[in-house]
Amino acid sequence: METITTSSTSVTKDTPLMTPEKPNEVVENKVIDRDHRGQTVGDVTVENPRMTARNVNVWYGDKHAIQNVNLDIANNEVAALIGPSGCGKTTFLRCLNRMNDTIDGCLVEGEIALDGKNIYDKDVDVVPLRARVGIVFQKPNPFPKSIYENVAYGPRIHGLARNKTDLDEIVHSSLKRSGLFDEVKDRLDQPGTGLSGGQQQRLCIARAIAVSPEVILMDEPCSALDPIATATIEELIDELRKKYSIVIVTHSMQQAARVSQRTAYFHLGDLIEVGPTSEIFTNPKHKLTEEYITGRFG
Amino acid sequence: MSISVLLITLAILTIASYSFGRKRSLSLATVTEKKKSSLHSLPGYYGTLTALWCAIPALLILSLWLVLETSIITHIVSEDLPAEVQNLPESERNLVINRLHNELAGQTFGEPDPILKPAIDHYKRLQQISNMALTVVILAISILGGLYAWSRVSPNLRARNHVEIVLKFLLISSSTIAILTTIGIVLSVLFEAVRFFQTVPLTEFLFGTKWSPQTAIRADQVGSSSAFGAVPLFTGTLLISFIAMLIAVPIGLMSAIYLSEYASRKFRSVVKPMLEVLAGVPTVVYGFFAALTVAPFIRDSGGLIGLSVSSESALAAGLVMGIMIIPFISSLSDDVINAVPQSMRDGSYGLGATHSETVKRVILRAALPGIVGGILLAVSRAIGETMIVVMAAGLAANLTANPLDSVTTVTVQIVTLLVGDQEFDSAKTLAAFALGLMLFVVTLSLNVIALHIVRKYREQYE
Ligand SMILES: Nc1ncnc2c1ncn2[C@@H]1O[C@H](COP(=O)(O)OP(=O)(O)OP(=O)(O)O)[C@@H](O)[C@H]1O
Ligand SMILES: [Mg+2]
Repeated sequence: METITTSSTSVTKDTPLMTPEKPNEVVENKVIDRDHRGQTVGDVTVENPRMTARNVNVWYGDKHAIQNVNLDIANNEVAALIGPSGCGKTTFLRCLNRMNDTIDGCLVEGEIALDGKNIYDKDVDVVPLRARVGIVFQKPNPFPKSIYENVAYGPRIHGLARNKTDLDEIVHSSLKRSGLFDEVKDRLDQPGTGLSGGQQQRLCIARAIAVSPEVILMDEPCSALDPIATATIEELIDELRKKYSIVIVTHSMQQAARVSQRTAYFHLGDLIEVGPTSEIFTNPKHKLTEEYITGRFG
Repeated sequence: MSISVLLITLAILTIASYSFGRKRSLSLATVTEKKKSSLHSLPGYYGTLTALWCAIPALLILSLWLVLETSIITHIVSEDLPAEVQNLPESERNLVINRLHNELAGQTFGEPDPILKPAIDHYKRLQQISNMALTVVILAISILGGLYAWSRVSPNLRARNHVEIVLKFLLISSSTIAILTTIGIVLSVLFEAVRFFQTVPLTEFLFGTKWSPQTAIRADQVGSSSAFGAVPLFTGTLLISFIAMLIAVPIGLMSAIYLSEYASRKFRSVVKPMLEVLAGVPTVVYGFFAALTVAPFIRDSGGLIGLSVSSESALAAGLVMGIMIIPFISSLSDDVINAVPQSMRDGSYGLGATHSETVKRVILRAALPGIVGGILLAVSRAIGETMIVVMAAGLAANLTANPLDSVTTVTVQIVTLLVGDQEFDSAKTLAAFALGLMLFVVTLSLNVIALHIVRKYREQYE
């Protein structure tokens, strides 16, 4: 493990970003072994990047959870992160709005820029950053407040509503867009923690979009939802894409195929392959990607 | 055999019967073709069941015997006291019997009373018989019990279920002991309080505003009108507790927030134990501090700005009591704040909230039931606190809301009523029980309210 880590570090330091100059060579060589880690297959860059991650390494104490990941998130794009459990999708997602700052012993290296400005610079204030890059966590975590107050929390602390009518408007529309409003409209004053798991998940989505972030990070937002609610959230994602950028982690290939334009496949802390979603699912270039999406492991 | 030897023998028998029961179950067990034993339970359960049968009936009989022995023997012996003693009124006969017991315990000097001599001899003889009988009976019961269980051991015996039922009863009886003791305490206080209310009407006690029990010692004393209005005591208690909470709640809560949310791990690991040391300081020491340092300081500094402060002010006692309660509140709150899940903080930070917004709007909100419960427990503690107020608050039962005045509290009065020599059934002494009962009712209702609040919030937020 250690030797691989060091070798992969050295590989990327000397190697420029992968460019799809010789795609055929890669296609032929589907058996890329572990020594080739750090070389992501496919084009990690985009023309109109909103966020760019360069040489990102993350450690939890001694555990090297993310290794030399480079990835761009484009404007008006939905990027899907897929990969087996424990491969570092959540870890990478949390780097994008510095949520990892709150974890003791978590070290992030490398550069992640939002609109060209490195968010890990010393002079960056994380509070407005997180208002711009919102996150929906893997596990629903409603506050111990009423449903209304849960959604109103963000707008209140950022002063987004001038009066009660404004606030009502924001709360109601957020709940409507996440498909929860009809179920809870008669009990907005009841605690959010009393909702079912899937309702809580949608409440957390409503809470996140209520502050109108420019980039939205969603960690398995539909893991507890039925097909109809999932469809609502996917419509929401489609709608949000018109104005914002979205990064979604999902274990459902169909969902990744339905909502995303680009897909990134992670494996044990490495970004193995990135490409347009249609290509990743129809013609994966890396052996590991192919095995994963054809269901041979993961 | 003395009781201790008997108990040791019993223990040995129990251990032996464990291994006998276990062995027998193993020897009876057959192994089926699927390599499963035919025993219903693990062999250890058969052993335990045999041991329980050996020990429990014997122990029950033993304790019953010991409880009843003295009174039965005394009853038999008192029959053959001389007729003149028999004919004495009840209370005086009890005195004679008390003397008899003192003689038996060797607590008297010189030759015993000749009247008691036959009774004492008889008593000793009976005790010897009883002792021997006890040894025989207990050992027999224990061996018979063990044998019975041993003979019942068979692969079909549901030994595990039996053992678990016994364990359950053991647990139930332990928990009832605590409850029964509490009930006993309440009842004893209640009976004395009822006797008090026979001399002083309840309404006078509850609503009277004058408290001067001292004058009631001698009925023929000049100006012997005693007054038992408890209102000044309760206002005094509330005043001091209020001052204490005014100090303890903000300081304790804020230090808990600092320690759990802001402090570095290193700082926390140093400061938290230090705060807890504060909780270990004996209240007498706080009492010194209040009476010798804080009270004079307040009086002097009050004097400087032209206030007349009594040298035993409610303020001094309340301040020091507040300091005493700080670690209580801070460590309870610290625990509940730490119990708020990290995902709650993440949720707030993820929406772009600052640290203080997260603390104020999410963490304190989530921890509120625990904090409120902790505060109410601290209030109970403040109301019941005795030592500091005895030393620093004084004895003057003033009805006042001025913290610079001297006041007295319920607990202080209970102490002063009960120390010193006086008849046990004077109104003055009995008043202490009435006060104790009131105190108990107040703290009990506080605890009930605390539980209610905690439950209400929990329903809402969990
Ligand atoms: N707080 C933490 N402390 C230590 N190790 C962690 C921590 N969080 C995650 N890890 C480790 O980092 C690796 C990546 O975890 P991560 O949560 O990013 O996986 P994931 O891809 O999101 O998995 P899943 O699909 O199961 O959610 C795992 O091996 C995990 O054990
Ligand atoms: Mg995850």
